[in-house]
Amino acid sequence: MPEIVDNFKNALLSSDEEGASAILDQYLLKHTPLQFVEEIVVKTLDDIGSGWENGDYALSQVYMSGRICEALLDRALPDQSGQRWHKPKMAIALLSDYHSLGKKIVYSVMRAGGFQLVDYGRVEVEELVARVTEDRLEVIMISVLMLSSALQVKEVVRRLSPRSDNLKIVVGGAPFRLDRQLWQEVGADAVGYTASDALHIASSLQGGKADE
Amino acid sequence: MSEPKMTSLQRVLTTLGHEEPDRVPLFLLLTMHGAKELGLSIKDYFSKGEYVAEGQLRLLEKYGHDCLYSFFYAPVEIEAWGGEVLYQDDGPPNSGQPFITDPSAISKLKIPDVKETPALAKVLEATRLMKKEIGDKAPIIGVVMSPFSLPVMQTGFDAYLEMIYKDRPLFNSLMEINEAFCVKWANAQLEAGATAICYFDPLSSPTIIPRELYLQTGYHVAKRTISRINGATATHMASGRALPIIADLTATKTAAVGISAAENIGEVKEACRGKLTVLGNLNGIEMIHWDRAEVKAAVQNAIAGAASGGGFILSDNHGEIPYQVPDEVLLAISEAVNHFGNYPLDWLVKDDD
Repeated sequence: MPEIVDNFKNALLSSDEEGASAILDQYLLKHTPLQFVEEIVVKTLDDIGSGWENGDYALSQVYMSGRICEALLDRALPDQSGQRWHKPKMAIALLSDYHSLGKKIVYSVMRAGGFQLVDYGRVEVEELVARVTEDRLEVIMISVLMLSSALQVKEVVRRLSPRSDNLKIVVGGAPFRLDRQLWQEVGADAVGYTASDALHIASSLQGGKADE
Repeated sequence: MSEPKMTSLQRVLTTLGHEEPDRVPLFLLLTMHGAKELGLSIKDYFSKGEYVAEGQLRLLEKYGHDCLYSFFYAPVEIEAWGGEVLYQDDGPPNSGQPFITDPSAISKLKIPDVKETPALAKVLEATRLMKKEIGDKAPIIGVVMSPFSLPVMQTGFDAYLEMIYKDRPLFNSLMEINEAFCVKWANAQLEAGATAICYFDPLSSPTIIPRELYLQTGYHVAKRTISRINGATATHMASGRALPIIADLTATKTAAVGISAAENIGEVKEACRGKLTVLGNLNGIEMIHWDRAEVKAAVQNAIAGAASGGGFILSDNHGEIPYQVPDEVLLAISEAVNHFGNYPLDWLVKDDD
């Protein structure tokens, strides 16, 4: 098994879409797509994410890996397959910021990890609060790059706290990486320093598959 | 306090020559704080070159640091290309939607006239006013986005990464246009009175792309571009790491490198010693809530790691100090440098003993 993880990781790091696809096809001869997610994809993206965190890999590799995995899993686990995880009910948003790469990476990684989530795109506080409330979310993932945007999370928390007991607010982005206390200062419930951290946070809050 | 033995410009030139000046030079790379000094909104402040010149001169006086910074905001160049700039009340202006949405648009791009386009003309005006006032007492640091990093705002980050990986001919076309613009823009700032150019190139950082890819792309762009800029450059990674590509950066003939707060400044200094001046690496985000003891520790740590032998300018890690950093912290940084940054660094030798 480690050999296939290594091969898959090398294909992703060198942005070899065909190589990664061939590994998936080979694997599916004897296993299910969800096994591929759990045994190969999550481990690999985890490794690449922590490699970025400690300086071994680059953001472009994280991005391309996420995109390739997302495309592979869209093929192997289409939305209508009923095999994706619909819980916790969650969405991702770029808050009051115009730097969308981080959100796109996390979205891809979450999709590649077999999760269903809504992409709110770029939103201001008002719209985010309204949509989270209306959609009765269990998890909202907020991505930012600018410090001023990160500080806006405080207002989101203040306005959502009274009405959403079961909501978890997860934050990520450069200001939170540079100041490891900032996520607590803005009142978030959790922080992700890498895209695959988001997978683990969602998994820990998971109540099971919607179709189960 | 005794009179300094050197002007700021002499201090900076000495350290760039890898010799020890009278004290460690301090660059407080403040952009938006000038608006506070003038009692203006950020948007109003950046609307005129005279405001920015006045703001920078007041900040120089207030904090006693060692440069004037003619940088307005990152998307000023995007504005010149016809793109959108979005202002906010408490942070730097951002670029709006990418203005290149179709690959075929690249071959039709027209390089902005760097002297006539209003967005750039106001920067040149600010530079001229600063130069008139400061003469040769302190350096004026101009800024360009590297041709390699600019497309993040021109096409959007994701589309640009896909281009780098999947469409090298298109990438090369865009680089040719961006390089021509960057050289003209840098040289116009030097002509207006800038002493040196900060070449912001975060995309070249190993934090953003792997070194192998950098050597095929941003490295060649930097070599070609820097060789055509008529003055010294400092390559800034804007919070990205630099250590794995120090030798490559040196080969681009840049004079200094702005490094990440995530890097061990002593390790970077050893890699750079005698070849590249280290610029950094105070954590601009944490700086917001530093107390005096934290300021002292951060300044001491940076000086201890990188100041020996010159070739070091104390600065933040990003090339732009957040608007939220209070005056007291900036004053405390300046005081700490005046206390711990005087050469010879006797306190450091004593501590080593």
